Amino acid sequence: MEILKNAFAGTMESSDAYVEIMPGDGNIEIQLESVVKEQFGKEIEEAIKDVLEENEVKSANIRVVDRGALECVIRARVETAILRGKGNE
Amino acid sequence: MNKIVKSIKEAILLSNLKDGMTISFHHHLRNGDYVLNMVMDEIAAMGIKDLTVNASSLFDAHMPLAGHIKNGVVTTVQTDYIAAGLGREFSEGIMKNPVQFRTHGGRPADISTGKTPIDVAFIAAPAADPMGNCSGKYGKSACGSMGYAFADAMFAKKTVVITDNLVEYPLQDYSISEDYIDYVAVVDAIGDPKGIVSGTTKITRDPVGLVMAANAAKVIEASGLLKDGFSFQTGAGGASLAAAKFLKDIMLQKGICGSFGLGGITGYMVDMLKAGCFKNLLDVQCFDLDAVESIKNDPRHMEISSMQYASPASRSAVVNSLDVVILGATEIDTDFNVNVHTDSNGYIMGGSGGHSDTAAGAKLSMIIAPMMRARLPIVTDRVTCVSTPGKDIDVLVTQGGIAVNPKNAELRQRLKDAKLPIIDIEELKAKTEKITGTPRKIPKGDKVVAEVICRGGGVLDRIYNVK
Amino acid sequence: MMRRSMLFLPGNNPNMLINASCLGADAVIFDLEDAVSPAEKDAARILVRNTMRYMDLGGCEVIVRINSVDTPYWKMDIDALLPHKPALILLPKTASKEDALIADNYMSEVEERLGLETGVTGLMPLIETAAGVENAYAIASASPRVKALFLGAEDLTADLQCKRTKEGREIEYARCRLVVAARAAGIDVYDTPFTDVNDDEGIWEDARLAKNLGFTGKASISPRHVEVINSVFSPTVSEIDYAYEVMEAIRRAKEQGKGAIALYGKMIDAPIVARAERTISMAQALGIGRGDN
Repeated sequence: MEILKNAFAGTMESSDAYVEIMPGDGNIEIQLESVVKEQFGKEIEEAIKDVLEENEVKSANIRVVDRGALECVIRARVETAILRGKGNE
Repeated sequence: MNKIVKSIKEAILLSNLKDGMTISFHHHLRNGDYVLNMVMDEIAAMGIKDLTVNASSLFDAHMPLAGHIKNGVVTTVQTDYIAAGLGREFSEGIMKNPVQFRTHGGRPADISTGKTPIDVAFIAAPAADPMGNCSGKYGKSACGSMGYAFADAMFAKKTVVITDNLVEYPLQDYSISEDYIDYVAVVDAIGDPKGIVSGTTKITRDPVGLVMAANAAKVIEASGLLKDGFSFQTGAGGASLAAAKFLKDIMLQKGICGSFGLGGITGYMVDMLKAGCFKNLLDVQCFDLDAVESIKNDPRHMEISSMQYASPASRSAVVNSLDVVILGATEIDTDFNVNVHTDSNGYIMGGSGGHSDTAAGAKLSMIIAPMMRARLPIVTDRVTCVSTPGKDIDVLVTQGGIAVNPKNAELRQRLKDAKLPIIDIEELKAKTEKITGTPRKIPKGDKVVAEVICRGGGVLDRIYNVK
Repeated sequence: MMRRSMLFLPGNNPNMLINASCLGADAVIFDLEDAVSPAEKDAARILVRNTMRYMDLGGCEVIVRINSVDTPYWKMDIDALLPHKPALILLPKTASKEDALIADNYMSEVEERLGLETGVTGLMPLIETAAGVENAYAIASASPRVKALFLGAEDLTADLQCKRTKEGREIEYARCRLVVAARAAGIDVYDTPFTDVNDDEGIWEDARLAKNLGFTGKASISPRHVEVINSVFSPTVSEIDYAYEVMEAIRRAKEQGKGAIALYGKMIDAPIVARAERTISMAQALGIGRGDN
């Protein structure tokens, strides 16, 4: 799936995550801020990559501001951003 | 004769404050307090250095203190609680000497026994007369009880009352009497009323908080302690307050008349008093306007000093007559040790306050906390900091089940008989981690930034810097 | 499946969804309709789907309120959620048998397309229009997939052009009509939420009224009401004792080869036995009343 436009999803509320996605330059760039980065940073990055792969996104800049969301929530927010960024369908 | 001085500066000069001495403050004006900053600014301007500040609590309104520490005006801090903003500064290592954390009972004990002598006490007073009789109940900056200021007034070498509400002599219904006071300084405002007490506290709408609160009330009901003569303390957190509301419903329904409600007092406890759930409130600190109004007008609502509240050096303290206390936690470990000093990243964001005192004294000490906060499980293998030892904790109430400390087998059986959802604490930890994942441990820093001193003396735990 | 209480949870609120199983309700309703703004329909749908996919919700049954069939969202809602086997789809604004069948047929289509077992997820029409009330029996008996009716009083009173009151006189007819229609069709029926979350007395009265009218259970928008609803819709100790006595009388009558039997001077007939069986199975599920005898 190709990211054609900037899109965002989620909120900055506690237990949620805010995700911004932008068209990339042929690769994946992930920028992660998290209140639990020390404890769960690796797992969160893995989850983000996993959702990008599932949706066959090969080129995107993605910024995630995690406010202590569970993995299933982060995955949902990333997927929503991807679907919103894929164009005018 | 009167004791009025022209300014805070004159009081400082007269009190003979010198480098290396100890000054003290109480925290009844909470996050609205102006007095600590006003005094510290004067002291800094006068060039006095190397002071010890003994404050019953420090709030984010006191952020300028960090500057005085960096400039060497203050080199030691003794306190019972530090709010998150200022706590972060200490955790990042702004001070060479570790903070000395005591409890609300341990602080006055060490003051009264001379372990932590005070040279000059600065007492913010919402009402005072020219001889220094003072009270927290009257005036635009009213805070209600002045319980934490008594030990300072009684044992400091010099005592300065700072007020924005000078009244005719003698002040009626004073809390601290003139025989303890040396000087009275009058200022425009001792605090911001909005930060001193909150408005009417409303019951939490957070569904998880409500579930925990309902379970907490049921635990108390099933504990066997809820009968005529019952005594109770609860914190000011949302779920703790909701628990008080549910407890009230049960007490009214069963026609139980308790003896006293204790502690920091909120409108919820006042409602319970008015409804006949208690005969008295014993109040060391007021949290909201309803509490301030009540302590002013209702003789059943009585002010107590922190020495009477919780000091292990007193001939007796109220905490030892307490049946049930509801307390919070940032973390609790599988041995039931509780952390209320730091967050899970290790930053200082609180303190014991009366936590350890009431837990040690009460027959039933209950922790109420969600299974997780921002993906971090509440139950850990080992808390980042032991604020209250597990031996003093009886039960943990979460939305995912109620864990009873194995030392209290009787309570466990009672809760089981009442069909409450009990769960082994190890199992609760596993259940939570199944939802959150297992968090990686945060590496400790190499510098001790604070020591947690047991209410009976001795270091209970050390807090390290955050890298 | 015991379903005394159902708790609505907003579909785009992570904190609520992840705690669904801890809130004491027999079933939770993940709401994709009124609780979610049009701009967030996609986000809520994915969030609810992930909650169902990844979270262990324990013994708590999941119902999803999808968007109504006159919106562009409802098919996407069904597409995304059916694979995760919600117990029921709550279909808002069901006004006719046809509305129910449109959803039913599409659910069957998705089941076939995705190779899902047929009929695992039931349909619960939400009756919240005057037409829906008038068509209640036709809706209730529209298809075997329709497992229960659900009364929504807020929208209904708007449609009736009357004020929603705490006493609920204005929905008395609708309540009775729905109970009769559902029972005639042999399915369950659930009462509308009591909306004043701070009225601790009112919820008791409202729940008791619903139980007395014949509702199977009651929905709620606040966890504070769940416990009251559970308590009102649980069998009482005397109801349980009576149920056991009925079963015992039946057993003895069979032993003695008697046809008709009486208990306390009242004939025990099939509906009484059926009710006694329901009471006992509920009591056993709740672990209340006497044990196994």
